[in-house]
Amino acid sequence: MNALVTAAKKEGTLNVIALPPTWANYGTIINTFEKKYGITVNSTLPDGTSQQEVDAVKQENGSPKAPDVLDVGLAVALANTKLFAPYEVSTWSDIPAAQKDPSGLWYEDYGGYMAIGYESKFGTITSLSQLLTPKFKGAVALNGNPTAANAALNGVMLANLAEGGTPSNISKGVAFFHQLKQVGNFNPISATGATIKAGSTPVVFNWDYLNLSSYVGVPGWKVFVPSGVALGGYYAQAINKNAPHPAAARLWEEFLYSQASTGGQNLWLQGGARPVEQQAMTSAGTIDTSAATALPTVSGTPVFLSQSQSSDAATYLATNWANAVG
Amino acid sequence: MTVAATTKTGVRPSWAGRRPHAPTWVGTVPFLAYVAIFLLWPTGIVVIDALKNPDGAWAFSNVSEFGNPLIRGYFIGSFKLCLLSAAAGSVLGAILAYAVASGDPDGLIRRLYLSVSGVLAQFGGVTLAFAFLVTIGPVGLLFHASWYFDFPWGIGLIYTYFQIPLMVLVFMPAIDGLKVQWREASENLGSSAWQYWRYVGGPLLAPAFLGGALLLFANALSAFATIQAWENQIAYIVPQQISTAMSSEVGLSSVNEASLLALGLVIMVAVVMTIYALLQRRAARWLR
Amino acid sequence: MAALTSVGETPIAAPAGRPRGMAAGRRRRLNTFRYVVFTLFGAFFLIPLLAMLRFSLEGAKLGTWSLSAWRQIASYQGSGIPPLLSSIEITLELAVITCAVMLVLLVPTMIWVQLRVRWLTRTIEVLCLLPLTIPAIVLVVGLGEIYNRIQRFSLSALMLFWIYVILALPYAYRALAAGLGGIDVKTLSEAARSLGASWFTVIVRVIAPNMRQGILNAVLLTFSLVLGEFTIAYLLLYTNLQVELYSISRNTPNAGVLFSTSFAALLFAFALLMILSYAGRGRRRSRG
Repeated sequence: MNALVTAAKKEGTLNVIALPPTWANYGTIINTFEKKYGITVNSTLPDGTSQQEVDAVKQENGSPKAPDVLDVGLAVALANTKLFAPYEVSTWSDIPAAQKDPSGLWYEDYGGYMAIGYESKFGTITSLSQLLTPKFKGAVALNGNPTAANAALNGVMLANLAEGGTPSNISKGVAFFHQLKQVGNFNPISATGATIKAGSTPVVFNWDYLNLSSYVGVPGWKVFVPSGVALGGYYAQAINKNAPHPAAARLWEEFLYSQASTGGQNLWLQGGARPVEQQAMTSAGTIDTSAATALPTVSGTPVFLSQSQSSDAATYLATNWANAVG
Repeated sequence: MTVAATTKTGVRPSWAGRRPHAPTWVGTVPFLAYVAIFLLWPTGIVVIDALKNPDGAWAFSNVSEFGNPLIRGYFIGSFKLCLLSAAAGSVLGAILAYAVASGDPDGLIRRLYLSVSGVLAQFGGVTLAFAFLVTIGPVGLLFHASWYFDFPWGIGLIYTYFQIPLMVLVFMPAIDGLKVQWREASENLGSSAWQYWRYVGGPLLAPAFLGGALLLFANALSAFATIQAWENQIAYIVPQQISTAMSSEVGLSSVNEASLLALGLVIMVAVVMTIYALLQRRAARWLR
Repeated sequence: MAALTSVGETPIAAPAGRPRGMAAGRRRRLNTFRYVVFTLFGAFFLIPLLAMLRFSLEGAKLGTWSLSAWRQIASYQGSGIPPLLSSIEITLELAVITCAVMLVLLVPTMIWVQLRVRWLTRTIEVLCLLPLTIPAIVLVVGLGEIYNRIQRFSLSALMLFWIYVILALPYAYRALAAGLGGIDVKTLSEAARSLGASWFTVIVRVIAPNMRQGILNAVLLTFSLVLGEFTIAYLLLYTNLQVELYSISRNTPNAGVLFSTSFAALLFAFALLMILSYAGRGRRRSRG
């Protein structure tokens, strides 16, 4: 480990990509890493999608600006393993087997559950069907287009599961949004911090860690998860095979998976996301308990979309989404 | 009348009388070379990608995608939006350009409007869409325009916001070229203002006007940040679909599809330019 | 004989020999027209900007006021992002380089084509419209390969100027063409050549000064383009002013920062363009 730190410090720089500072506390994570090791972190393309991260790796191949590490959705990770270098962090055994690649090419890092955030002026939402009532006129928005963004696709899937659908068939979710559109409650804008603050998108389907009041910047922002529906999604880390700063990249991963009180796992937890080593850390007592209890509670068995379920959903959306909400 | 060219001391300059050995187009080589490297080469890469499949093998059958009604819909949408914003932008921009140009050439108002136009012509994207959203959107400060989310009217209005300043900038030099004496001469011959514009001013300005309109059309064509921020759930125009194809993280991404759509845009512009060339030839005839 | 003056230099006082009533009446109608136009368009452009400004001054709760979004631009330290001033410096340098290269490339080429290589006019026109047809997001696919090679020589963001010149071509070409179309290039150049001028002198010292407005507008458009360019720099992982401002706005949950940064960028560009517009207008009165 010490040899790694020395080598990384010698490299002096780390290129990260698509890490918005207000997403799962990445701002603090980057700052802490920089101060702890004295390595400059270059953060580009903050709003890039997972696909754009992979495209950047290919596009910048051989350049010192190429991303060293990636934080991508599972579908993109599985499709691009040939770009990654295998690496097992020192806490490798604490990552559940189902959440990592056996050869060490990718490993999940943090995740959350899909939820619906809304302004307190609507009172308290207790069921999904309330969204169809007139007081939500023009209010309900997604965080992106479901044919493009993972979070939006999972948003539709949340409605799907709440309406009694199954993970392999997203049609009920699309039908729900179609209904929303019919009664005039569907908002075609993609929700961002600005639109939420301006009151243009008062109801948003988004990951629970992105529905934190502090992230959203609106006081009194509430979160609702339909009972019995726990639709989760984890992101995955990977190291670029041709990383310009290989030692710094591996040190970064060590930092992210460290279970120290100021290590990556706890920092993510403080950002409202569930770190992948949460179970191991709870048993070992290294977890930040106040942050852990502050997480929104979810009931029901957690559902994680598999590769095929997610692509089936995407295919269905590609042909039906525009008609449903158009 | 030819006069033997002489320099100040009366000696004939060395180049006088010498026939150019190189063909005249050689003078355009620096420009063409630059464009070839930095424009045609990347475009060529995109065009080639359009005709390949993800494995890298040739797939000319990709072109059959243009028959897909969904894809045709994107192109029709693009055409509608570009035509609307170009027409509105060019006419309104021409009027504003005339108002600016007919004032004091060294005055503050001209400078002000030129600088503002320069800045607003490149303004767009998230901030522009948001500015309109908070002005005439559903919770708008001014009023709520029920047609705000209608395509192409809502987004067309937003597009004219940067189309008009652009037209002002590219059209004004042409208005400056209209000599006052021509107006005076035509008046001395007894014409009315309408006749002046119909027979003198109009034909003289027509090439620049058409050129400006064409620029506005192309300007609207590849823009997507603004419409993406205006509404993001339905793809109306080609660039929105290109964006999905390029950056979709749910498995619907395809560089080849994006490149194919871009190729389609190039073809569409080629068609529009042909129409434009025909119009220019007609306008030129008025000048005879 | 009265010197040829353009529309903008209509003398306010009617020259001797012409009935005062006609000129004065027309002037009055023109002025009314101008003021109506300025007011209407001014309102159209100003209102969304004011809405944006209002939003950037928004406090924590809707309806309150707060300067925090503006203060954050100044106090921004950044994690993993270089400071604001260096990106302003880089972008300004980029703007100057792009402008210079664009002028050197386009002006002589356009004049030369107009004079001696007329059959290339349409080709140049098409080439200068092509950059607008392909959306940046897919052009980057082709550009990435070129910039990969460029990066072996220099990692600086200044290398963006290669593609910025191309991006500026459509706008600059149109403005320059409008200016060029208003002067009699053939006569001017023949007169100058018969007096022994070299082609360089013809282009730089005879024709270009007559295209002043066109050149000025092309410069304004290019400057504004570079100052406002975001997508290509963002996708090629460079940091320029807009990318930096965007990073700042993403670094805080205060949504108003996106608008304070945009508005600040607009004001900055506006101030710059105003200064430029003064540089372009110096010695016009000395003619005639």
